[in-house]
Amino acid sequence: MATFFFLVAAILTVWGLYIGFFVAPTDFQQGESYRIIFIHVPAAWMSMLIYLVMSFWAAIGLIMNTRLSSMMAHALAPTGALMTFVALWTGAFWGRPTWGAWWVWDARLTSELILLFLYIGYMALRASIEDPRRGDRASAILALVGVVNVPIIYFSVQWWNTLHQGASVSLTKSPTMATSMLTGMLVMALAFWMYSIAVSLMRVRRIIRDREGNATWLSESSGVQ
Amino acid sequence: MYKAFISVLRKELLLALRQKTDVVTVLFFFLIVSSLFPFAVGPELNTLKIIGPGVIWVGALLCSLLALHRVFETDFNDGSLEHLVLSGEPLTVLVIAKISAHWLITGLPVVIVAPFIGLQFGLSAASLSLLLGTLLLGTPVLSLVGSIGAALTLGVRGGTALTSILILPFYVPVLIFGAGAVVADLQGLSIDGHLSILTAMLCLSVALAPLAIASAIKIALE
Repeated sequence: MATFFFLVAAILTVWGLYIGFFVAPTDFQQGESYRIIFIHVPAAWMSMLIYLVMSFWAAIGLIMNTRLSSMMAHALAPTGALMTFVALWTGAFWGRPTWGAWWVWDARLTSELILLFLYIGYMALRASIEDPRRGDRASAILALVGVVNVPIIYFSVQWWNTLHQGASVSLTKSPTMATSMLTGMLVMALAFWMYSIAVSLMRVRRIIRDREGNATWLSESSGVQ
Repeated sequence: MYKAFISVLRKELLLALRQKTDVVTVLFFFLIVSSLFPFAVGPELNTLKIIGPGVIWVGALLCSLLALHRVFETDFNDGSLEHLVLSGEPLTVLVIAKISAHWLITGLPVVIVAPFIGLQFGLSAASLSLLLGTLLLGTPVLSLVGSIGAALTLGVRGGTALTSILILPFYVPVLIFGAGAVVADLQGLSIDGHLSILTAMLCLSVALAPLAIASAIKIALE
C-alpha cells in the first residue's frame, strides 16, 4: 500500500512541479521567487493537518486503548515536524527577497514556529519514556492539551502581532491567483498528502515490527509484506 | 472531599514552611535573573521601562518552571502519590490542592516581589499595580498548565529540561497577554481585553488542567 502512495506522490510531484515551473506565469509583483509557494503552502497545510490527525489517533488510542492508533500517532509526528520545518525554511527563502528579511515576527510565522515546538515536545516526551504503552498514553495527553491550546496560541499570537507592529506584511492581500498557479498548488498539496500517507504507513510498519516483534501473527504474515 | 483538599493543602504548606530554602531559592533566582537584564542591555531608564514588564514576566515564568518538579516528584518517589490516588477522594480535587499549595509557595512570593523589581526598571505606580494584577491572574495559569508537564514527566529521564520543552509553548499566550497588558497601558491603549482573556485562560485551565493532570498521574503510576 505504501508503495502505491509513494508512486502517486511521485507522479503528482512531477506534474505539480511541471505546472509550477513551466506553466504558471511569472508573478508581476514578486517575480520568480513566488514559485516557492508550490512547496511552501502545501507544507504549511500539511503541518497543521498532520497535527490534527496525529491528535485524533492519539485520542482514539487513549480512549479505546487500541495500540495501532497510538502507533499511527507516533508514526505521524516526525512527518508533521518535517512539514513544519519545511514550511518555515521555505518561508525564510521566500521572505528574504520579498520582505528583505529571513524572519519577521509575523503571526503566521510565529505560530508555525510554536507548532514546531509542540511537535518536538511530543516526540521528546515519547522518546524519553521507555515503556511504549505509557509513552503512548502520556504523549496522547500532551497532544490533546496541544489541540486545546493551538487556537489559543494562534489567536493570541495574532493579537500580539497586530498590537506590536501592525500589519506591515501580509500574505492575505496577494492579488487573485492565476488558475495555473492554483492548480499547481493543489496538485502539490495532493502530492504532499500522498507522501505523508506513504511515509507514515512505512513508519508505522516499522513501529509494529519493533514493538510486536514476537507476535506470531507478524511472523506468519511477514511473507505478505 | 473538602477535608481532603484542606489536609493536602496543609501538608504541602507545612512541608514548605519546614524547608524554607526551597522557597527562598526561587525568589532569589527571580531577583537575580531580572537584575541581569540591565547589565545586558545597558542602564538607560527609557529602554528598561520598555522591557521591564516583559523581563519580569519572563522571570516569573522561569521561576514557575524551576519549581515545577517539586509539585509531584517527591510524592511520586516516596510513594505517597500512589496513596493519594488510592485514597478514594477525587484525584482532581487533590491535584488542585497540591497546585494551590505550589502557587502559594512559589507563585505568590514572586508576585509580591515583582513590584520591587519593577521599581528598578523605572515603572510607574500605575504600571506596577497593573503588573501585580496580571501576575495574580497569570501565575496560577502557569502553575496549572505547568503541572501537566510535571505530571507527564514523572519518573521519566530528562527531567526539568524535558518539562520545559513540553510546557513553554503553552506559556506563550499567558506571556503575551500578561506582559502585553502593561505595555498596552503604557501606550495608552485599553487593557480590558487583556485582563478578560487572562481571566478566561485562568477559568479554562482551572477547569481542564486538573483532568489532564489526574490522568497523567494515573498513567505514571500504572
